[in-house]
Amino acid sequence: MTQLVFFIAAIGAIAGAIGVIALRNPFYGVLSLVGHLLCLAALFLLLRAEFLAASQVIVYAGGVMVLYVFVVAYVGGTEESLGASRGWLRVLTPIFAGVLTIELVIASLGSGLKAITTKGADISPTFGSPAEIGQALLTRFLFPFEVASLLLLVAAVGAVGLARRRDGYTVGSIPLKAGAIPSVPPKGTGTMAEAAGDKPMTGLSGGDS
Amino acid sequence: MSIGWYLTVSAIIFAIGAAGVMTKRNALVILLCLELMLNAGNLALVAFSRMWGNIDGQIFAMMVLVVAACEVTVGLGLIVALHRRDLPVDADELSEMRG
Repeated sequence: MTQLVFFIAAIGAIAGAIGVIALRNPFYGVLSLVGHLLCLAALFLLLRAEFLAASQVIVYAGGVMVLYVFVVAYVGGTEESLGASRGWLRVLTPIFAGVLTIELVIASLGSGLKAITTKGADISPTFGSPAEIGQALLTRFLFPFEVASLLLLVAAVGAVGLARRRDGYTVGSIPLKAGAIPSVPPKGTGTMAEAAGDKPMTGLSGGDS
Repeated sequence: MSIGWYLTVSAIIFAIGAAGVMTKRNALVILLCLELMLNAGNLALVAFSRMWGNIDGQIFAMMVLVVAACEVTVGLGLIVALHRRDLPVDADELSEMRG
């Protein structure tokens, strides 16, 4: 039974990975990656990492992939076209990938670890449960845990700073007509000028452009 | 199933991701392939965690998850910023920083 589930999940994961690089349309690539992540979560379950499997499905397949779908829809899935000048790359890459696979397999399976051919050490029934993960995170790994939260904050602020609108009120490249929107935003709108203590924006040319 | 099988699957997925990063030109797809490589690393970490019966590998995999989420937000923010300025989302044409 375990073997059946393993082979189904492993083949699904590899097929999803191949789909990401083989499909020309990035939208289908994202969907393929979702399938890959679900199969990977099944593999995590077989390895008794229940909490990690659940968070993988929720965070990745649920959250990150939705973000990807939004950005693909916004940017517009440009079809991938490999130019003729990159023909040598198309020949070289499968060779590189094959060599890398063989090298990694030799490095991991040939490492002389005796436990690698076993099913793993004897573990308690609570191995990988949320309780055990939580205890480890809040005792031995408290510092990495806090640093991770700081990293998430920095990433969120950075993403907002990168993707924010810099050119005031526009539709595409056309500025909105006066009257369509209030020319001076009400106090407390949360503009960058307000935060910096500058005088409030006047007219449509305002903003921090 | 022995741990070696999981490590083999992890190696194959990593190689597929690396091949994608090398060949793809669309920055979005390059990010997707980076995810593949990170996930392959996660699978190896969890497999080793099971091998030793030690929870530390799973904690490490969770940290990788956090870093991957951060990488995605910043990467997608960059792509949206590129698109806003009507620049191509193409790794070959964005070569201003080439030395």
